[in-house]
Amino acid sequence: MTAAPAMRQVDESLAIEHGLSPDEYRDILGHLGRVPTFEELGVFSVMWSEHCSYKSSRMHLRRLPQSGKAVLQGPGENAGAVDIGGGMAAVFKIESHNHPSYIEPYQGAATGVGGILRDVFTMGARPVANMNSLRFGSPDHEKTPFLLRGVVAGIGGYGNSVGVATVGGEVSFDAGYNGNILVNAFTLGIVRADRIFRAVASGTGNPVLYVGSKTGRDGIHGASLLASSEFKEESEQMRPTVQVGDPFTESLLIEACLEVLEGDDVVAIQDMGAAGLTSSSVEMASRGEVGIRLDLDRIPLREADLTPYEMLLSESQERMLLVVHKGAEERVTKIFTKWGLDCVVAGTITETGRFEAAFHGKMLVSIPAAALTDAAPKYDRPMAAPSAKLPALKLEEIPEPSDLGAELAEMLASPNLSSRRWVYEQYDSYVGANTIVHPGGDAGVVRVRETGGALALTCDCNSRYVSLDPYVGTQHAVAEAARNLYVTGARPLALSDCLNFGSPEKPHVMWQFSRAIDGMADACHAYEIPVISGNVSFYNDTQGASIPPTPTVAMVGLIADARRTASIAFPDGEAEILLLGSGEPVLEGSEYLAFRHGKTGDRPPAVDLAAERRLGELCAGLIAAGVVTSAHDVADGGLAIAISEMCLASGVGSLISLEFSGRADVALFGESGTRILVAVPAGRVTEVESRARANRVSTVRLGTTGGDTIRIRDLKADRMLVEARLETLRSRWEETLPAISHADAPEPARASAGG
Amino acid sequence: MKWGVVAFPGSCDERDAAYAVGSVIGDDVAMLWHGDADTKGVDAIILPGGFSYGDYLRCGAMARFSPVMRAVAEHAKSGGPVFGICNGFQILCEAGLLPGALVRNRSLRFICQNVGVRVESTDTAFTAACEKGEVLSIPVKHGEGCFVASEGELERLEREGRIVFRYADGAPNGSLCDIAGVSNEAGNVVGLMPHPEHAVDPLLGSDDAVVLFRSVHAWLTKTKLRRQA
Repeated sequence: MTAAPAMRQVDESLAIEHGLSPDEYRDILGHLGRVPTFEELGVFSVMWSEHCSYKSSRMHLRRLPQSGKAVLQGPGENAGAVDIGGGMAAVFKIESHNHPSYIEPYQGAATGVGGILRDVFTMGARPVANMNSLRFGSPDHEKTPFLLRGVVAGIGGYGNSVGVATVGGEVSFDAGYNGNILVNAFTLGIVRADRIFRAVASGTGNPVLYVGSKTGRDGIHGASLLASSEFKEESEQMRPTVQVGDPFTESLLIEACLEVLEGDDVVAIQDMGAAGLTSSSVEMASRGEVGIRLDLDRIPLREADLTPYEMLLSESQERMLLVVHKGAEERVTKIFTKWGLDCVVAGTITETGRFEAAFHGKMLVSIPAAALTDAAPKYDRPMAAPSAKLPALKLEEIPEPSDLGAELAEMLASPNLSSRRWVYEQYDSYVGANTIVHPGGDAGVVRVRETGGALALTCDCNSRYVSLDPYVGTQHAVAEAARNLYVTGARPLALSDCLNFGSPEKPHVMWQFSRAIDGMADACHAYEIPVISGNVSFYNDTQGASIPPTPTVAMVGLIADARRTASIAFPDGEAEILLLGSGEPVLEGSEYLAFRHGKTGDRPPAVDLAAERRLGELCAGLIAAGVVTSAHDVADGGLAIAISEMCLASGVGSLISLEFSGRADVALFGESGTRILVAVPAGRVTEVESRARANRVSTVRLGTTGGDTIRIRDLKADRMLVEARLETLRSRWEETLPAISHADAPEPARASAGG
Repeated sequence: MKWGVVAFPGSCDERDAAYAVGSVIGDDVAMLWHGDADTKGVDAIILPGGFSYGDYLRCGAMARFSPVMRAVAEHAKSGGPVFGICNGFQILCEAGLLPGALVRNRSLRFICQNVGVRVESTDTAFTAACEKGEVLSIPVKHGEGCFVASEGELERLEREGRIVFRYADGAPNGSLCDIAGVSNEAGNVVGLMPHPEHAVDPLLGSDDAVVLFRSVHAWLTKTKLRRQA
């Protein structure tokens, strides 16, 4: 397989080489009433690709709630926007860059960050925070160290250089991602609510401006062939389809675009992401129900001999397309020139409703814009639930550990529960001077200077839960994200989803997808929050095997007063530790069962969304009232891990006493939703308890903070089950990720350095 | 007093530096554009952190040739305070206004963490209000912050009291002698690898570095008195 099909007579076989089906090719002939030109075939192939057209997912995505009183912009634009009060809006979106990151981890991840940043600042918003959700294969898989180092360096290299703080994220390992890692990048921006820009072209005769980097040969068919087909051995040869990032140009583009958007010259603006010049032109024209004509002779080129086909399909980074009011060209160009960026008039808005492109005086492309967007194929793919049932877990077959202290140390040193410090210390979390809660907790928190409030952001998905039950598992993803916001003092506003699945042509994958959508929709209704943006990434398959279904949920919440937040660290003085919520821990789906016993059970823990929401609202209320400054949700690894994380974050030990009704390992490492730990000054415990009663949330006094050990006592047997020095546990907790990353493997590309 | 904060293309922390001296300290601030050889009559200049010109060559190697740096050098020569933070420190070394050089961290990785920074000299424009030996909590975030200099230079810096800041708990980047910041002979030009502009607000974790910016007030008063005498 080469990077792009060579030019020749257009026929069905060339269409197939472009990733189109014979039926789709017949549709194209119908739309045009003639055989497409070579360039037109290229345009159809990218616009009708799964990546750009959402042809397999569109009918399902409609089931997600997309509106609400705070929504200023729902799905369908470059990013979604919600009202955050004080005349300000939060603009955000999460997007995948999975296949490029597997083939070329540094550039794949870097350009993933660059792309999502552009989606946000094209809305007129200044990017203020980044996050990312990363899934790697097994830690002992030969490619994992190389991919881990490269992806983390790429995210840092781009995000740090552009000057946007990375304030959170998640990293996990599972053999199911051995041949297809996931790199999901998220950006949050802030803008005045009345200054949100959209990508809706209008005004016949208005000029179309090409801005930013010159066009080169990189990324051709990234959207159609790399992102919209299964991975094979030879996919490695598609490295030339991976784009190369230039964060320096991006930082100039951000400043220049925001400066231009301060004025009233811009009608529409869109970044050239997947399918570059083609998709940005077509989508802006289609949304505005106008036509657009490009003069390809005017496109700034990196190499003079680029063909029109390559110009139309290039995915060179750091480029934008603007429609401006007639007569404003000079004013706008002057600003871009000041920032040292190319800015040329490359086309015009027409009334034909067609996407046209001419080169050397010849019209090479003339397609109705709607045929490339609204009239693109839509598929109701067949679905099939798995026929075989998973065997139920037999608890008696799981040996009970004799030394729970040693078990805790092993769990803390596991790849998925160990400290993520090695990762997040490679990201600048300070730039912008807004970060209140840095990475390492449940959610990042950034203040909003204009309002005195703050925004919390998190991304979550337990793909083991989703594999076991896509409906319940996806509800857990939403519930955990919400909990992670509540424990910082925030109330959820809206979410953005990144739906990473295998091939939609496999009925069981389509079934997973559909059930996940239903789970997300029902969970959103329970919290009364909408999905305002997102991305579907299908074809995450390698050698025929699909990844575990991974519907990543990126959620943003609002904190009314930036001075009233909480972190997972225990407070300095002695405090009582309370467990809020009634989640019943089980081993099914738990990290403990998977990591220590190599099993998953047949179902994830149960989920109770109404109870989750009551618990969350109680916790956020306690933080807003200033009663609680230390809170943490109990999730992966269970209660013992959650307590340990609070101790390790603060350097303050704890003593808790538990009354066991069943096995101690289930109580300590079993998982459930609906549980939050809080530390409360001794004098205010009864206040917390009465507020909890009023909210129908159960509470248990577990113990106290203090000392330099983690101690867990069996109350009935009056016996210490765990007694471990915090610093001993810390060294186990922190040794794992550096060890995984340092394993013998080739070096990724050089990280961007500098200050 | 009035500060000038230089904006190079690729600077990241220029707005944060302006926020620190403007909104937090309450002084006047002017942004200085890299293409203008004009310091707009400011009393003190900050070269902020970031990746000037992308830092695709050597950090700061391009920025030193920008027109504004001619004006910065003039300002420094006449005794005006200049504070180079992170990339700004790298630029001052490249421009020959400070000794030594900053090379890749020994770990070869970018590092972002809060560190303790010990004030070793109070004879500079940016430490005049500090107490010698006090340890300030300030974050570092850099890929090339390992300070190096020849043995002779290091000896001279030590002898002349021009090692202004040291990492209190060991250098996170491999800097020789745990050096976090140095000054020129007159003490008016100081380079610091950690980011004081990110340690001026308790809400964001620390306000330990406010004293560094306030020091300039004391320094300017002192030099004015000295000139009058």
